[in-house]
Amino acid sequence: MPTIDFQGKQIELDEDGYLVNLGDWVPELATVLAERDGMTLTEAHWEVINFLRDYYAKYQIAPMIKILVKEIAKSMGPEKGNTKYLYQLYPAGPAKQACLYAGLPKPTGCV
Amino acid sequence: MAKEPIKEELLQSISYKAPKTFWMDTPAQIKPGMFCWGAKAKSLNVVGMPNARDWNPLDEDWKLPENWQEILIEGLRERLDKYRSLRLFLDICVRCGACADKCHFYIGTGDPKNMPVVRGELMRSIYRKYFTTPGKVFGKLAGARELDLQVLKEWWTYFFQCTECRRCSVFCPYGIDHAEITIAGRELLNLLGLNIEWIQGPVSNCYMKGNHLGLEPQTIVSNVEFMVDDIETLTGIRINPTFNRKGAEILFVTPSGDLFADPGTYTCMGYLMLFHELGLDYTWSTYASEGGNFGFFTSNEMAKRLNSKIYAEAKRLGVKWILGGECGHMWRLVHQYMDTWNGPAGFLEVPKSPITGTVFDNAKSTKMTHIIEFTADLIKHGKLKLDPSRNDHLKVTFHDSCNTARGMGVFEEPRHVLKNICRNFYEMPRETIKEQTFCCGSGSGLNAGEDMELRLRGGLARANAVKYVHDKHGVNMLANICAIDRASLTTSMNYWVPGVTVAGVHELVANALVMTGEKKRETDLRGEPLPAPEDQTSVSARAVAQPEGEKAGGEANV
Repeated sequence: MPTIDFQGKQIELDEDGYLVNLGDWVPELATVLAERDGMTLTEAHWEVINFLRDYYAKYQIAPMIKILVKEIAKSMGPEKGNTKYLYQLYPAGPAKQACLYAGLPKPTGCV
Repeated sequence: MAKEPIKEELLQSISYKAPKTFWMDTPAQIKPGMFCWGAKAKSLNVVGMPNARDWNPLDEDWKLPENWQEILIEGLRERLDKYRSLRLFLDICVRCGACADKCHFYIGTGDPKNMPVVRGELMRSIYRKYFTTPGKVFGKLAGARELDLQVLKEWWTYFFQCTECRRCSVFCPYGIDHAEITIAGRELLNLLGLNIEWIQGPVSNCYMKGNHLGLEPQTIVSNVEFMVDDIETLTGIRINPTFNRKGAEILFVTPSGDLFADPGTYTCMGYLMLFHELGLDYTWSTYASEGGNFGFFTSNEMAKRLNSKIYAEAKRLGVKWILGGECGHMWRLVHQYMDTWNGPAGFLEVPKSPITGTVFDNAKSTKMTHIIEFTADLIKHGKLKLDPSRNDHLKVTFHDSCNTARGMGVFEEPRHVLKNICRNFYEMPRETIKEQTFCCGSGSGLNAGEDMELRLRGGLARANAVKYVHDKHGVNMLANICAIDRASLTTSMNYWVPGVTVAGVHELVANALVMTGEKKRETDLRGEPLPAPEDQTSVSARAVAQPEGEKAGGEANV
């Protein structure tokens, strides 16, 4: 199982880079995970990550992409409430990439 | 996540030349992009599967129990006794090769071990060695071989490069169903903890939470409410679906993908709108919240365990019968296996449409009807007010799901529905539809991210037939009645035939459905503007919501 060095600890990741133990997540870890992909997290990125984490705490899964889009529209204005904006922030896809930095598991099944 | 291969390179890499070495001396290659990650200890543990540990298929050491050969041979012995079909299919193949080029994985990889006949030989050679006299005495001369680690890895590679679609069985003069061999092969591999995580994860989720995705009850309700809001915006009608309601006439169960991921969510909106318009006395369940059954891709025993929850919930709620959503493999196992697992469901009534009075005698024993049968019956009896012009921006073709088509013979129902809800319908070539349909390429739990190259190769044959009608008739919509199709064909079309969108039939039903008291519709279910009456003959493909870079070919004016 791959690991990542973080604050003197070995954090376990799965084959696709998602956290194995969701309890390992702290905000600084998101920054480190993003840096591995050559990304710097801006406030706009954090807006998405924070929403994902709040949603996860309540629903135990990442939100449907439509819910994410609607929420971003509510908090950041309708011009940002679209899939295109989210893909600009997270080129590998908001579902995959943003969830990874937010320390959420990846969804499985008929998806 | 595996990197997507370049299309031209992928096509050029397909060679149908056999390797120089004899097949038994050609070890399987486990290549990134062509396999799924191994099942995790925690997912295996949830359902008490043996040899639960984390392992990596790329490692030399698969952390097997010391006596793994013995376990596998004994497992095979047990299944030969239990499943007469398996013994028969192992015995009677004459290796005529009629099946060889019928497999979408062979077509897309050129790897001879993806010929169903050779995939079968992987197991037959072991069967001969340990269970037949010629094999025991003459060994390799009689097509027999020892079970060693190389053989085990070969089994794992190729039994997870088969989607159990059964297209090969249509062409076999003996009627050998090679899916049964793959199913047995996967059961045996599971005795050693060798499942893939993309199957084992959903299985453990389904066991613990009632659905593959692991949606909690509050998540299901919230997602459905979100769709209800969208429906209100679209139609001005507020729908109030119920959950876990005792005494409802019908329990409705659909794949959880419909509750979570596009484009299945649009199909789900379609169900909600249709049921509201009918005034159907039905309930959702947040416990039996999965139509699919990834247990079926693990073992019969696991499939039985997961299937039982639907019936337990039907009993608890006291419904009369069960209506199933647009799912593929759910129906193969309901119609062909469920009766000897958990049936017959004597406590339920034979499904009877409360709208038309039609009794679904084909579901006399299982008490479960596919929604496409239900809706086709509604349309046949003229019970729906439909405006097919609202689908005039679409030129539609239909992908028969392997399991509903070959598994239960549902050929005409979806076509009857489609021809009544849209005015531009075109069939793909005859040898690629109905009983000869090509698999989406990602069925049987192979729709993961890490095996993307395998999926794209497996999806080539289907995509090629779609491309044919796309080029010839301007087809821009691939309709289907299966959740794995909705997910996997979307990926496959974006790659092979950009400009073709994927939808469940009930999304298109809801586009056309004229609801009582609805406001004038401005858009379709996806929020795309409806064609103005004067341009209803011109068709322009809609680009799906995705980033610019992936939109190439998104416009196809005809």
